[in-house]
Amino acid sequence: MAAETAATGGQVRRTGPATPYLFLLPYFVVFTTFVLVPAVYGLWISLHDWDYLLPGKPFVGLDNYKALFDPGSAVYSFWWESLSATGIFTVLSVPLLLVIPLLIALLLNRRFKGRTLFRAIYFAPYVLGVAVIGVLWRFLLDPNLGVVNAIIGGSTPWTTAVPWAWVTLVGVTVWWTLGFNAVIYLAGLQDIPRELYEAARIDGGGKWSEFRHVTLPGLRPVLLFITVNTILVSANMFGQSYLITQGAPGTETRTAIMYIAQVGLADYKMGSAAAMSYLLTACLLVISVIVFRMFREKDK
Amino acid sequence: MNLSRRHVMGLGVGAGSAVLLSACGDSGPNEKVTGGGQNAAPAATSYDGPNVALAFWNGFTGGDGPFMKKLVDQFNTEHPNIKVSMNTYQWADYYQKTPAAVATGNGPDVGIMHVDHVSTNAARGVILPLEDLAKALNFKAEDFSPPVWNAGVYNNTRYSIPLDVHPLGFFYNKGVMEKAGLDPEKPPTTNDEYQAALETMKSKGIQGDWVTPFEFTGSMQFQSLLWQFGGQLFDEAATKATFGEQAGVQALTWMTDHVKNGYSPKNVAQDADIVAFRNSKNAFNWNGIWTINTLKEDKNLQWGVAPLPQIGTQKAAWAGSHQFVQFKPKAKDDNKLAAGKVFINWISQHSIEWARGGQVPARAEIRDSAEFKALPEQSAIGTQIDYLHFLPPKPGIADAMATVVTAINEAVLGRKEPAKALADGAAKADQLLEQNAKKYGG
Repeated sequence: MAAETAATGGQVRRTGPATPYLFLLPYFVVFTTFVLVPAVYGLWISLHDWDYLLPGKPFVGLDNYKALFDPGSAVYSFWWESLSATGIFTVLSVPLLLVIPLLIALLLNRRFKGRTLFRAIYFAPYVLGVAVIGVLWRFLLDPNLGVVNAIIGGSTPWTTAVPWAWVTLVGVTVWWTLGFNAVIYLAGLQDIPRELYEAARIDGGGKWSEFRHVTLPGLRPVLLFITVNTILVSANMFGQSYLITQGAPGTETRTAIMYIAQVGLADYKMGSAAAMSYLLTACLLVISVIVFRMFREKDK
Repeated sequence: MNLSRRHVMGLGVGAGSAVLLSACGDSGPNEKVTGGGQNAAPAATSYDGPNVALAFWNGFTGGDGPFMKKLVDQFNTEHPNIKVSMNTYQWADYYQKTPAAVATGNGPDVGIMHVDHVSTNAARGVILPLEDLAKALNFKAEDFSPPVWNAGVYNNTRYSIPLDVHPLGFFYNKGVMEKAGLDPEKPPTTNDEYQAALETMKSKGIQGDWVTPFEFTGSMQFQSLLWQFGGQLFDEAATKATFGEQAGVQALTWMTDHVKNGYSPKNVAQDADIVAFRNSKNAFNWNGIWTINTLKEDKNLQWGVAPLPQIGTQKAAWAGSHQFVQFKPKAKDDNKLAAGKVFINWISQHSIEWARGGQVPARAEIRDSAEFKALPEQSAIGTQIDYLHFLPPKPGIADAMATVVTAINEAVLGRKEPAKALADGAAKADQLLEQNAKKYGG
């Protein structure tokens, strides 16, 4: 790569036909090794009864997929319960993670004393690992011994009963990750030209119409990224449930990824786990495409 | 801002979830490994070959770790031609890491496994038979304790040598008992005494026995009660779940009645039972022997430990057991195998040190020694040795046990009636047992 650039040095415009491909090569190697090959290999695994240590890995065709749709199979109820847990979490957390960070970004975009400090404060939880926030909130929210119940009184089962466990998981996640979305919104807000606001003011628009006709359209590309990214991250939720509720009560807050990890890495049924992963991937693909469509129609 | 690039990026993240698993699906050893391969090295009590280095992996991340480290150091000093280096992982990581390490030829030489993991790893070709070691040392079931000793046999072949047993014990907070007007030196031993004590405490406004809905140690309490009521988790051949039958329902109902009758708060979170015990908000706790050293850290806490009270029709207690195993090497090295056996035997002989770490030695001669009797807590729990129960040595049994854990959680948290929770769990367990029978070949 370096040699290639050095060889053409001086003649900036003239490059060999291979140059763009050479630039792409390093990423392509990484992409092939860590995404493409495993993805295809995973598809192959999902067609087998696969335990990487057992000599026999019988080919079972689509049986692993069929089992996910067969109410009589061992995985059926657990799988759909875990997928719906993921769904509940995503539906509850995504709107909050779209709106609250936007409001915070709007506030933090104004000029006031200590603005940088507040920006840091809102972002701070995001730098903590999931293990830290998980253990921290498990202690704070313990139904019988936790600080939260000691302060507000009563014995709300924050971590051991639904719907409270969902309130906890969504609340903790929003608190933990809103800083990330807020920072991206903030960058988007700073990209909107000031002249547009001045023009809106000259046209006699109030605060609301400024927001409605200048801020929101200006944020559209950012909003698209945040929407898709937040949906995918929420759908891949694992650590919060694993650490705070352990899937309790029963397996009601066990998310799809948690169940996949259980089947694949603890029960060593990697074929079945791979099939579940592909089904989850398919769901997320469909949702992503719908979101992109929605934003595209607005473009017209 | 390029829309199409974002598109691709978004899809990439989604696909990542599918990739997550396949990346772990290393093809592993392709040779026939069922049965664990051959281990023909002569077993001996001494080793005089060339210098060898042994990697010894375990999951002793708690207070037990330093005790094992001390033993390893002492072994190294006494055996100049064997150098053992010890590596510790979280147990959960350990059980995922060791098969992968063995598959890629980077596995350790010697390790520890819980007895309920031995058969799974034997079936998956991760560990080697230790039949010859047992024969060379002339070990017999009576030298240990038949249930502990027999738990290391899979398909008529021995794969592990017991190091210790860690049963459940009955921990009682003397301070709380005294406050309620109970005799702190007389913990309940029967169900009548137990209920009377709970009622006395309730009248003083104390919820004296927090029932945890989680695996540690709610599942172990349930299993102990199940056996006490004459039940079994699975049938003889471990092909069918029987924990949903009458004894199981009795056992689980006993636990949920605690909550119903106000002897335990609702919604006890993970570890809240023992935390409450340490803070003198809880009087009784069925917990593992490993809790001894934790409680000893609380200098002001007045507590005692006794064998489990007999709630059902017979005495029984849950126990786990740490067992020595030898991992399947990439290339056979007789010296290493021989040295590994010397190491296992030596640690086993010196397991009184290990008992101080909060365990009951598996070896009868050490259990009967004056030194062990001088450890009051350990030996109190150790008296249960003749009626301890272990899981059946069946590959993949842990998969089925997960359904028991879920059933207990649902019932104790009040989501399902005990009978319904257990019946649902047993139905699932039956399916998993059938799958595993097919997968591991019966």
